[in-house]
Amino acid sequence: MVEFALHHAWLVPLLPALAFVAIIFFTRPWPMLSALTAVAGIVGSFIVSALAAYGVFTNPAFKEEPLVYAVRWFSMPGLQIDVGVQLDPVSAMMIFMVSMVASLIFIYAIGYMKDDPGFSVFFSYVSLFAASMLLLAISSNLLEMFVAWELVGLCSYLLIGFYSHKIAAREAAKKAFITCRIADFGLLLGLLAMQIVFGTLNLVELSEKIANFEQYTTFGILTLIAVLVFIGPIGKSGQFPLHVWLPDAMEGPTPVSALIHAATMVVAGVYLVARTMFLFHEVPGAMELVAITGGFTALFAATIAITQREIKRILAYSTVSQIGYMMLALGVGSMTASLFHMWTHAFFKALMFLGAGSVLHALHHKADVWEMGGLIRKMPLTGWTFVIGGLAIAGIPPFAGFWSKDEILAVTLESGHYVLFVMAAFTAFLTAFYMWRLIFLTFFGEENPENHPHESPAVMTLPLVGLAILSTIGGLVGTPWAPYWSEWIFFGHPHHVEPNYWVMIGSVVLAAAGIYLAYQLYYVDKAKSRARALAQRYNHIYTILYNKYYIDEIYLWFNHTIVDGAAKLFYLFDIYVVDGIIVNGLGKLTCLLGEGIRVSNTGRLQNYALVFFLGVLAVVVLLAFTGPSAASLIVGGVK
Amino acid sequence: MESFPVLLTILLAPVVAAVIMAFIPREEHMLIKCVAAAGTFVSMALSLYVYFAYDQSLGGLQFVQQVPWIKDLGVTFFLGVDGISLPMLLLTNLIGFSAVFASWNVNHRPRDFFILLCLLITGVMGTFVAQDLFIFLLFYEVVVIPIYILVIIWGSTKRVTKEYAGMKLTIYLLIGSAFLLVGVIALFMKTVAATGAPDMSFAGLARAARGLSDFDQIWLFALMLFGFGSLLSMWPFHSWSPDGYAGAPTAVSMIHAGVLKKIGGYGLIRIALYVLPVGAKFWAPVIAVLGVCGVAYAAMAALAQKDLKYIVGYSSVSHMGYVLLAVASLNVIGLNGAVANMFAHGIMAALFFSTIGFIYEKTHTRWIPDLGGLARQTPRLAVAFMLAAMASLGLPGLVSFVPEFTIFVASFKVYGGLAVVAIAGIIITALYALRAGANTLFGPPRPEYDSLKDIRGPELVPLAVLGTVLVVGGLLPFLIFDMVNSGIVPLMAEISGALKLGGSF
Repeated sequence: MVEFALHHAWLVPLLPALAFVAIIFFTRPWPMLSALTAVAGIVGSFIVSALAAYGVFTNPAFKEEPLVYAVRWFSMPGLQIDVGVQLDPVSAMMIFMVSMVASLIFIYAIGYMKDDPGFSVFFSYVSLFAASMLLLAISSNLLEMFVAWELVGLCSYLLIGFYSHKIAAREAAKKAFITCRIADFGLLLGLLAMQIVFGTLNLVELSEKIANFEQYTTFGILTLIAVLVFIGPIGKSGQFPLHVWLPDAMEGPTPVSALIHAATMVVAGVYLVARTMFLFHEVPGAMELVAITGGFTALFAATIAITQREIKRILAYSTVSQIGYMMLALGVGSMTASLFHMWTHAFFKALMFLGAGSVLHALHHKADVWEMGGLIRKMPLTGWTFVIGGLAIAGIPPFAGFWSKDEILAVTLESGHYVLFVMAAFTAFLTAFYMWRLIFLTFFGEENPENHPHESPAVMTLPLVGLAILSTIGGLVGTPWAPYWSEWIFFGHPHHVEPNYWVMIGSVVLAAAGIYLAYQLYYVDKAKSRARALAQRYNHIYTILYNKYYIDEIYLWFNHTIVDGAAKLFYLFDIYVVDGIIVNGLGKLTCLLGEGIRVSNTGRLQNYALVFFLGVLAVVVLLAFTGPSAASLIVGGVK
Repeated sequence: MESFPVLLTILLAPVVAAVIMAFIPREEHMLIKCVAAAGTFVSMALSLYVYFAYDQSLGGLQFVQQVPWIKDLGVTFFLGVDGISLPMLLLTNLIGFSAVFASWNVNHRPRDFFILLCLLITGVMGTFVAQDLFIFLLFYEVVVIPIYILVIIWGSTKRVTKEYAGMKLTIYLLIGSAFLLVGVIALFMKTVAATGAPDMSFAGLARAARGLSDFDQIWLFALMLFGFGSLLSMWPFHSWSPDGYAGAPTAVSMIHAGVLKKIGGYGLIRIALYVLPVGAKFWAPVIAVLGVCGVAYAAMAALAQKDLKYIVGYSSVSHMGYVLLAVASLNVIGLNGAVANMFAHGIMAALFFSTIGFIYEKTHTRWIPDLGGLARQTPRLAVAFMLAAMASLGLPGLVSFVPEFTIFVASFKVYGGLAVVAIAGIIITALYALRAGANTLFGPPRPEYDSLKDIRGPELVPLAVLGTVLVVGGLLPFLIFDMVNSGIVPLMAEISGALKLGGSF
């Protein structure tokens, strides 16, 4: 079985893809059948992934040599692209994690999307989404990965715009696609440059060639390539300054938000950088760029999150911030810590999104946390699992997030990035604060009499419980005392971070402080008057943060004024200059010439004779004064 | 197989259909349409057969038919296909067949309409299977007449009148062909003078033209570049394209944008470049610059449009810029990309125009501010639209991604920064394609369109045929590239030989 799974890992993306095709063409009229098809596809894919992962993680040979098999996709002299599967610990971990979380999300969606008129279509889209993401994870070739990367983008476009009759959803979908497109432009240039310089986009071949890049190119070009490639992840993973699409992506149905923000799409950027670590590793400047982008985004997004009111928006900014952590870890050279955080984050963030969905489901899509309160009494399962998620993201031991965040802080300190370390530590405090602000406002305190919440059905709460368990124990695979994770997931050589107790204690203290502050402001103070007073006193800062530093407005202005203005100029030029003056002008000129010629055709014999005579005269003059060659040119036809 | 004249059958099937239609009473609408569909279906099925029966390992011209015709001019009725012309032939038939169904609701003088359409399809096919320059030009001129009549009788008047559009389309075609004709006659005279034996076949001309001086090659190529380039809507000779498509009826827009303008690209590669490689090398930088200008300029202009057909019109100018850029790279990868991209764009543009045709037929408008929310009322139409829009912006998994990728590889290598400008076009393309989709299909549904009927029955054929090719060609790009490559490699081998001999640059 394990051997079969290892050698047929292409089934992992294929099964959900088949489910997509089956739903579109066959089962669409029967919603339940469609849902079952989708679930069967993803669970089948999970089983194959789990077997393959078992095969990989029990055979240390995979640490040295990945299992690769590929077929030719297209070729011509000088350009061959293969598509295939590359199984190694990183990709095995990724497909296992993605298919597991996606399976839970799919099951949850059966309950959440019940009675939606687009039920079947929804399951076809999410199947395609899962297929694309799994393809991205096991690709053996960067172009193949780019294909999957764009398909993930397409699916997110379709899913964010799922309620396409709503203008907000329509605009959010478009924004997501175009923002990612801008980033993909950079990535594509990077890929093209690699293809031209190294003559291949196969991961294994590239890693060998880039290790000896001096034979192919200069350091400057390599730096440029790395920076270009990194632009892609900036867009896809919602890093500053291309993060703007991510919070708007909340317009999609909640399971989609979970799918996009937790296990898939947004971590694709982190995964891509991890996959091309052989490139970034050679270019310290690019690594610094990754680290600074990540560290800054982590803090930047966290500051926005503390003022937001919509439950899913808070989670969205939290995602941006957490992905910043992952980028930071990559940039300071620890792929181990970065992917570890990706792993734990997938569990607790999926848990919280699905929990938020459960709340929205109960409150009929009222999203403002200030209008909630006391929900834990009516919705205990949703509430307590959400609390576990909150403990995990805040970094309270022994929950999953503690181990991974702690490792990121430790490696940042160890690598000597002190400023980034302070920023990351402060972000940890902010994270605990805004997340517990959400929890206290939503689940504790007094109930809002307008709400009539009820616990969600078992098909929704069971995935929550499953994710809560994973959020609790998921980090135990990589504790400093039992570092299984770092023995398998690494770049170059396994790197053990010595348990740094100061960092550990410090991060727990920061987290606890954040939770305590939220407790004081939003739980003890029933009227929330202190929180309001704070917002009043720092009104300017509050307004800027609440409006997300006005970055959306700036982009919108640029798009509508500069780009559209330029477009209009081009168009006016086209109709008034190219067409109006040149083309139609030539047309007019021809007409005038025609008029002129018509006038010259007088019908009088003497006029014609005169012209004839002048012509003969001209020929004679020419013959008389030039050589025979010119003459033969003219009378050549007569000769 | 040598005995059965497949290519001739492909070529004549629509003509036979046209002749039959001429004898059907004009009221028998359904019968007329069925005959047209049958005729084009025979051509499509046979060209699919030829596509897969062609022996790529052997390469070269296959399914050859050769009948001497005008001995004094060295003209033979010479048909044959290779890896470059076969994709174009298949494209013509896929689009031709779909165009018949896209016009299923034409009830104004349908007999005349479908007769002209069938003749048009044959004319276009002829240019791709002809291996003799004279025959090529003959078919090329055959194309002009039906186009003009189709536009001015069945066209639509919006920003410009249909008469203006038809006039502009025709005059541009004729001016292009006039320059071409001058070039061809001069080329013919020169080669006859050089070799003494008249031969109008492409191969014969190419052989004879190797003896031409560099200067002759350069000015002859310039004439052909103008002729073929204006047909390919090369910037700044593109302005017929948006107006022409907007005025033309759906089927003509499909065929014109889908295949007819590809005659320009095909001729540029198969004739101008093949026969006059030194000239091509001289003009390559100019072609590249014009190509990039076309990409950026037309993409920006498309962004400012509010009429759906104008968007696709400008978009096709923009996409042809990629083809020019690819030709200008003058290497195997670029030329592969150029031919494959013509195929890809043909499928995509035809699907786009057929969809817009249906939208216009049902809502009586193409003006985007008057549309919106159609995805609710006509979901299948929305699928077709989005497929075409996504292919237009080069989504991987659809047919146009890999051709664009190869073009980018080739041109980035040769032209560097200039190519980056063209590659940036993918952002603008995404912007206008998605905007058009969003404002037409999504948002709140409009009550006045509640009673619209989605496409069904015969109306689904364009989506089924072109959509299938769009997806299959995207997932299995080797189906196209192996074919194209089998034609490009020998071509480049001959050219590079000539460039080394005659290259004094």
